Amino acid sequence: MKELKPAILMCLFFTLLCGGLYPALVTGIGQALFPRQANGSLIFDQGGRLVGSTLIGQPFTAPRYFWPRPSATAGFPYNPMASGGSNLGPTNPALLATVTERVGALRATGITGPIPADLVLASASGLDPHLSPAAARLQIPRIAKARGISEETVAGLVTSHTEAGQFGVPGAPRVNVLAVNLALDGISR
Amino acid sequence: MSLPNDLFQFSALPAAVLLAIPLGGFMARVYNGERTRLSPLLAPCEDFCYRFCGVDKNDDMGWQRYAVAMLFSNLVLFILLLLMLLAQPALPLNPQKLPGLSWLLALHTAISFVSNTNWQNYSGESSLSYFSQMMGLTVHNFVSAASGMAIAIALIRGFARRTTATIGNFWVDLTRSVLYILLPLSLLAALFLVSQGVIQNLSPARAVSLVEGATTEQPRLDGLGHPMLDQAGKPLTAKVTVTKATIPMGPVASQEAIKELGTNGGGFFNANAAHPFENPTPLSNFVEVLLILLIPAALTRTFGVMVGNPRQGWALLGVMLFFLVLALSMLHWRESASTPMLHQLGIVGGNLEGKELRAGLAGTTMFEVATTATSCGAVSAMHDSLTPLGGLVPLSLILLGEIVPGGAGSGLYTMLAFAVIAVFVAGLMIGRTPEYLGKKIELREMWMAIVTILIAGVVVLIFSGLAMITPSAVATMANPGAHGLSEVLYAFASMANNNGSAFAGLDGNTPFHNLLGALAMLIGRYVPAIAVLAMAGGLAAKKYVPPSLGTLPTDRFPFAFWLTLVILIVGALTFFPALALGPMAEHLTMAGGN
Repeated sequence: MKELKPAILMCLFFTLLCGGLYPALVTGIGQALFPRQANGSLIFDQGGRLVGSTLIGQPFTAPRYFWPRPSATAGFPYNPMASGGSNLGPTNPALLATVTERVGALRATGITGPIPADLVLASASGLDPHLSPAAARLQIPRIAKARGISEETVAGLVTSHTEAGQFGVPGAPRVNVLAVNLALDGISR
Repeated sequence: MSLPNDLFQFSALPAAVLLAIPLGGFMARVYNGERTRLSPLLAPCEDFCYRFCGVDKNDDMGWQRYAVAMLFSNLVLFILLLLMLLAQPALPLNPQKLPGLSWLLALHTAISFVSNTNWQNYSGESSLSYFSQMMGLTVHNFVSAASGMAIAIALIRGFARRTTATIGNFWVDLTRSVLYILLPLSLLAALFLVSQGVIQNLSPARAVSLVEGATTEQPRLDGLGHPMLDQAGKPLTAKVTVTKATIPMGPVASQEAIKELGTNGGGFFNANAAHPFENPTPLSNFVEVLLILLIPAALTRTFGVMVGNPRQGWALLGVMLFFLVLALSMLHWRESASTPMLHQLGIVGGNLEGKELRAGLAGTTMFEVATTATSCGAVSAMHDSLTPLGGLVPLSLILLGEIVPGGAGSGLYTMLAFAVIAVFVAGLMIGRTPEYLGKKIELREMWMAIVTILIAGVVVLIFSGLAMITPSAVATMANPGAHGLSEVLYAFASMANNNGSAFAGLDGNTPFHNLLGALAMLIGRYVPAIAVLAMAGGLAAKKYVPPSLGTLPTDRFPFAFWLTLVILIVGALTFFPALALGPMAEHLTMAGGN
């Protein structure tokens, strides 16, 4: 029983230190040095309306937009309050049926040849904001046709929105779908 | 796929080993109570803590007292967290007005965090307030990791000390782990993660006007809120247009840093480190992998320094790295190869179901291996959707007992138990009295080592068996056939070994899984911990036997090789039948085109 008193007081000490002071310090310094990132890398339109975050994907289904990866979030696709994957196993018939349907929908838009996996397989968070450059490029003809603009213009946007590494270290090449779609809206309504 | 990114992501492993050398030496000085560069700043804080808590730092404890202190500290923390989760609506920092958790879920979550498991039957963004996340979960992330580290240090002292009854003071080891090691590293890592886009604020969730919006089928409800059915008994649905979404906010970075560093793994969000707000860039992925591996790897160095022969630590680290590289190669190979069904549909680029694009396939496989080779259990991909043999990798790493390099503290002490067994078996084979680090290995040490190693396996097999004969538990499986068995096996493996990752299709928030899972986590954490402390006490009391011609050198390659074989044999004998029925059977049916 001699150890009960330090157990209670230590618990109190660490709760205040690690649960109070430490997060407060990270919040204070983080808000001061990196306010945009600390608050969710949010995107506002010209009218000051909050339209999203560069890190959180959004659903797009109209032909004039780049379509993002499939999302398995509950409620509606890309529901930021319900992050999660499909959790379907690789041999689950339900996975096969869903993926076959998605491939069929893409083929119906005139896409031939191999299909990049990210375009038909759901992400882990259901909120993946990115597409592979290959998956974005496949959609260029459809978007150009739907908007009546040249394929070169759309291709230029894909190139200018492709990110890779930072600070000289490499990263996986990827296109931010929300950013490139907002850029599309910026040049043609 | 991009080769530079792949190489960069894989380099987190050598980077962790390189950083482990100075960190491990620093940790040895901290636990020995020597002055370090941080002492001018932290020593006053440390002394204040002892005065405040009424602890005498020179009051060394025998193993029983050390164990009692550890259990009391964990018990008090557990009770506090349980109350916090139940009383959530009455506490501050709850801008979403979230209700309290059900008592079963609160019980499971509190045990999950105090035992360093951090299995998520809760969904962070929709059920936990900022107060619960900070004052509850973040605190547990620190203290459960520090508890594990303290126990490992006590065992090292058992080997290093001679003919004494004491193995150190638990409160001192706990305080030093947090103050000198976990807190400074977490602070730096958290700020770096914020720079990458991990959020850190106390704002309420933000409403967003979606650019295009979504249409979705939602069940129609009658006036009482029950789903309406058509004549065939199917639920009626209505098309609903969604134009607004809610983006969650919160103090994520401060928890993310310690969750990886302390090999805890409980995510702020349901999707854990796959969520872009937890792991936003390739660089954040690299740093998080580094954090996961850092302390377990450094502890092998601390061990070498404290027993007076760094090569003893290198031998253990070598064995760990062998398994790590093997696991990484296997997982990356299987996930790149994808499945025959996806190939037939013309899909290229690996199995990306349940994976994010940011860190590439290499960043993801590196993360999943690191998180299950340690007791972390944070995930940046959904393990349920891995290929059959890909999923076998994290499952096997967990079943081996998380020793390559294992959890903060728990990895080293479990590995030392394996070393004791390896020495004993070798001693039997050559007819010599087995010795490890100058201490005779006798009946008591063998008992404790065997309990440490086998208890989790026994729990996994019995509890998985129980689940298989309980209809309500069988109903929680999300996938049919052999994969369903893998889900259940993974669940109990993960909880009994205090990992916390999941084949997450399984519905864990049921009375069966909440109660049996809580029991598995308690047994898996505290039985080995007490056995290890008992072994430490016995070893400390023994006298030192200088090495003779008949002593097996345990700091050389032949011993490392032997230890590897012992680990493989114990693992294979215990789990091969279950693994054959789960992932291996699934792979064979898949390859056979069924």
